[in-house]
Amino acid sequence: MGYPVIDKRMSVADIVDQLESGMTIGIGGWGGRRKPMALIREIVKSDLKDLTIAAYGGCDVGMLASARKIKKLIFGFVSLDVIPLEAHFRRARSAGEFEVMEVDEGMFQLGLKAAAQRLDFLPCLAGLGTDVLTHNPDIKVMKSPYSDDHYVAMPAIKLDVALCHVSEADQLGNSFIGGPDVFFDEWFCRAADKSFLTTEKIVETSAFDDDHKIMRMPIERNLITGVAEVPFGAHPTSNGPDYGIDVAHLKAYSATAKEGWEGYVSEFIETDDYLKSVGGADHIGSLPLPVF
Amino acid sequence: MNDYSLAELCICAGADIFRDEHPEVFATVIGLVPRLGGSLAKKTFLPGLMMSDGEYYFAAEPVPVGKRNGYVPKKEGQIGYERVFDLIPKGNRHAFVGPVQVDKYGQMNLSCIGDYKAPKVTMLGVRGLPGNTVNNRTSMFFANHNTRALVAGEVDMVSGAGYNPERYPGGKYPVGLDHRSIVTNLCVLDFEGPDHAIRVRSLHPGVSFDEVQDNTGFDLIRPDNLGETPSPTDEQLKIISELDPHNMRAYIFKDNPSGRKAA
Repeated sequence: MGYPVIDKRMSVADIVDQLESGMTIGIGGWGGRRKPMALIREIVKSDLKDLTIAAYGGCDVGMLASARKIKKLIFGFVSLDVIPLEAHFRRARSAGEFEVMEVDEGMFQLGLKAAAQRLDFLPCLAGLGTDVLTHNPDIKVMKSPYSDDHYVAMPAIKLDVALCHVSEADQLGNSFIGGPDVFFDEWFCRAADKSFLTTEKIVETSAFDDDHKIMRMPIERNLITGVAEVPFGAHPTSNGPDYGIDVAHLKAYSATAKEGWEGYVSEFIETDDYLKSVGGADHIGSLPLPVF
Repeated sequence: MNDYSLAELCICAGADIFRDEHPEVFATVIGLVPRLGGSLAKKTFLPGLMMSDGEYYFAAEPVPVGKRNGYVPKKEGQIGYERVFDLIPKGNRHAFVGPVQVDKYGQMNLSCIGDYKAPKVTMLGVRGLPGNTVNNRTSMFFANHNTRALVAGEVDMVSGAGYNPERYPGGKYPVGLDHRSIVTNLCVLDFEGPDHAIRVRSLHPGVSFDEVQDNTGFDLIRPDNLGETPSPTDEQLKIISELDPHNMRAYIFKDNPSGRKAA
């Protein structure tokens, strides 16, 4: 009777409709693991351009690079994990197709935490003595106010939007990551004005009344603007423990960096039935988890 | 006299970088030789060494490399990436890694080669090297000791910091900068020369100092009592074969050469 009902469910297209050219977008996951790939494919299909992308990068970065969506990349690495080098990123970076802010992985984390805490920066030693400072003249070194030590003042990485993929979510935006590593997804969301999730499945809130699941629920629901149900939405990256990295698919994807990736786009991105195009749900569900 | 491969010699030299380590050092070992080296150290003289399963858990015993074939890592804790980054500045960690280039200062490159804006070769990115090198003990492995890897001047993109005073405010090294060893296919180097200059610590069997120097882009220090890299013992070789049941080490070097080069 007049009480507002919170229901954040929407489609992948609805989420991408809320993005704008020129935005700074953070992408959760890590390398070849738990990337919100359904959203990445939707962005590739969109008219969006001039994006600043911040990520522990994998094929999310590679696809956005080859789709010419990236104006600037904030990163510490781009890798597919089981395939160490990301071919599309390498091609685009060596062609000078986007600007870069290349920082230490830990500096990246501090940048997200600074933004999440509404600070201009957080101090660290990482970066001292390296070309991270040479190539990023905007990153300042400061003298400690308490001693003669010097610290790198890692600037806040403020995001307009964060995009992450989870195992389960409810319509409120509560979410559970099947694991094992939740990576830095909560820090991407806390650093962003708006955050959106894709989830393997939408569940009732009561599904989270579980002491084990609660240990893997790092993202606060009031950070979330929208959540879309996309089974196997991380493919071709992994979503442990349910499915592994699709190495064969990523090898074929990598090969298109040299020969041109238009065929990949038409076959796997512009398709009306993604799951069918990559071999079906049973196939993805049987992909072995990566061994490191 | 036992027979051993160059890979096994390097793995044992890789274990030896942990000889004077803290009894409960957290070791991050990236690449086959560092990982098997750290694992061998843990299985022999440094049982308290802390290492991960390569993904998320602290492993109570080293996880054999390659396909697990039913082996399940024995967990003793959680070491996800956020915890790693939170721990790096604390300091008691040894990162044993495989960069693409190193220079006379011990500065490492993992980012790119050539013009930074449009590099001739793009690699991984700086990854964790900036934070590792100013906070943690650092060692390196190079499979191909040559002047493209151990370069003249400075590396193309200084991803990991080193002992170049001009790069620090007031010329003062950060509190955690502590480079230890470089294991290569020719020798073991350390940083025990004047002002941390790189020194040859031991030569692999059959390798001469001149051969090492000719394949290095900067001047190396030759100590008076320069010795030979210790040969693996039978016990070490047995443990290595258990840690690497699929013999992945046979593919580290082309044609899997013997460790006794002169023989």
